[in-house]
Amino acid sequence: MSIAVRNVKKTFGSFHALDDLSLDIDSGELVALLGPSGCGKTTLLRIIAGLEQADSGQVLFEGEDATDIHVRKRQVGFVFQHYALFRHMTVFENVAFGLKVRPRAVRPSKAEIAERVHELLNLVQLDWLADRMPNQLSGGQRQRIALARALAVEPKVLLLDEPFGALDAKVRMELRRWLRRLHDELHVTSVFVTHDQEEAMEVSDRVVVMNRGRIEQLGAPAEIYDHPANPFVYEFIGQVNKLAGRISNGAVEFGGIRANLGIPDLADAESVITYVRPHEIDVRPGQEAAEGWLPATVETSSVAGPTLRLDTRLTATGEEVHVEIRRGHAEHDSLRQGDVVQLKPLNPRVFAPPSAA
Amino acid sequence: MSTAVLPTRAPWGILPRRRQRSALPGFGLTLGFTLSYLGFIVLLPIIALFIKAMELSLSEIWDIATEPRAMASYRLSFGGSFIAASINMVFGLIVAWVLVRYQFPGKKLIDALVDLPFALPTAVAGIALTGLYASTGWIGQYFEPFGIRIAYTQIGVIIALTFIGLPFVVRIVQPVLQDLEAEVEEAAASLGASRWQTFARVLFPALLPALLTGFALAFARAVGEFGSVIFIAGNIPFDTEITPLLIFIKLEQYDFTGAAALGAVMLVAAFVLLLVINMLQAWASTRSRRA
Repeated sequence: MSIAVRNVKKTFGSFHALDDLSLDIDSGELVALLGPSGCGKTTLLRIIAGLEQADSGQVLFEGEDATDIHVRKRQVGFVFQHYALFRHMTVFENVAFGLKVRPRAVRPSKAEIAERVHELLNLVQLDWLADRMPNQLSGGQRQRIALARALAVEPKVLLLDEPFGALDAKVRMELRRWLRRLHDELHVTSVFVTHDQEEAMEVSDRVVVMNRGRIEQLGAPAEIYDHPANPFVYEFIGQVNKLAGRISNGAVEFGGIRANLGIPDLADAESVITYVRPHEIDVRPGQEAAEGWLPATVETSSVAGPTLRLDTRLTATGEEVHVEIRRGHAEHDSLRQGDVVQLKPLNPRVFAPPSAA
Repeated sequence: MSTAVLPTRAPWGILPRRRQRSALPGFGLTLGFTLSYLGFIVLLPIIALFIKAMELSLSEIWDIATEPRAMASYRLSFGGSFIAASINMVFGLIVAWVLVRYQFPGKKLIDALVDLPFALPTAVAGIALTGLYASTGWIGQYFEPFGIRIAYTQIGVIIALTFIGLPFVVRIVQPVLQDLEAEVEEAAASLGASRWQTFARVLFPALLPALLTGFALAFARAVGEFGSVIFIAGNIPFDTEITPLLIFIKLEQYDFTGAAALGAVMLVAAFVLLLVINMLQAWASTRSRRA
């Protein structure tokens, strides 16, 4: 079941939650809506579900207009951040709910409902909890029950609103891998909302990066990480250093030091910002200058597992540059405060400053 | 095992004191105060009541407690309170629903009005209600042509008991309703439940413990009510005479033991009610834990 969102607008008072947004999701895809809080991702998900009405625009399911179909009839499975389980019902009754409220003519028999519920509980590997009450379950178990409950009605699309947001880090990690495997098994078109870029990258087929009610970039996780379309995406997906400079004759100048960064076709500009990720910087100890290397002073050096983190300051501009390199090289590991190093950005991108855009 | 080695009575001063200073000092003092306070204010009158009643033999108490006039007063006191509390359960839920779910001008005022029956002297309420519902009153005059009299009948008693019981249901249900996440209703809707199914299967069961607790509190309050009822009831023996009034009448006739006997009956009823309320609240707290 493919989903199409066409020119959807939604305002809350004077706040533009969604600003003329369009999006196509293929049948069987698992798509992540990623963005900072207030970017409209949850609003978009709720409009797709029919829990919220767009001010204008359309939502199409398999090419058919679903904009005015009530959430009750829309056949979507919705999973909430805080589970929203029915607390006075057992796990079994929770999962059976969607089947039990069907009109008599299409309601399965009691035996069929029981069979279907146990099938789903087996799918989420929690059949042994069927008779428990929700408050007797852990957060991770509750969310799996909520998922089983949503799947019970055989939804055409599955929508998940920050499904792992309320869980602690370890459970979160397990559950998102589990969700990915489950999706590979079921192939139901799924959209999930998250503000965690790592989660979006790991779980989804495609990531939709949103900001201020608009889509900033849309693509496969690797594509978005390797080729951010703009400074916002660059900054949102992972750590980044921002270095101010100017361009002349195809090279970037940082406070008087010219560095040919190997980027082709750079037009002259008075003010640009170079983006470079902390782990995409080469480090060479010593004073010795060379083409493309920028001198800097080490301010702190700390160890985070397999990674060595260096906080350095560029000699030319006084800007801070964070560097992450693998530990294990004696010449790096021995770096101390005050040591002079040479830095080489490996995969930099140059953007005009945001104010000029 | 080791218990056999320990001396059965620890010689004071030899064993080191195991409990050091508590982080919350003043336990002894506050507990002492609490016990003597409860003793003087609550326990002593109750004991006095039973001692007074015990001047009679059990069979005499039974005779007084079951005489026809007393029985009629129980029927009105408990029956009327039950009806009043039932009315409050339905309308209290609606009031709580409106106050929690909707935003509208004057909401704060209405919210404050709910507490009025708590604050208003009950005698004042009784006189006001009597004025309204008397056959010449603002409301009573419209019922008079149909031969329906409200003031000085059992209907009047029930209206007064409803008035004083309303805040209990509203104030008990309100926080529970507030605590119910809108998400639960959205989940039900996304699973295909109609509005009515969502109410009947999801909301109502979640609210039921609170509703029953509110009902029990309103009921208990109504059984003990005196001030507002005596003005609107007309106090006709065997018809509109409530048990507290009967006790009062016995006192005025210097029949202290008879009053104590009836009082003991009310006291037992109060204990049973308290027990029921506590059980309901225990049940409610196990059910309403966040899921």
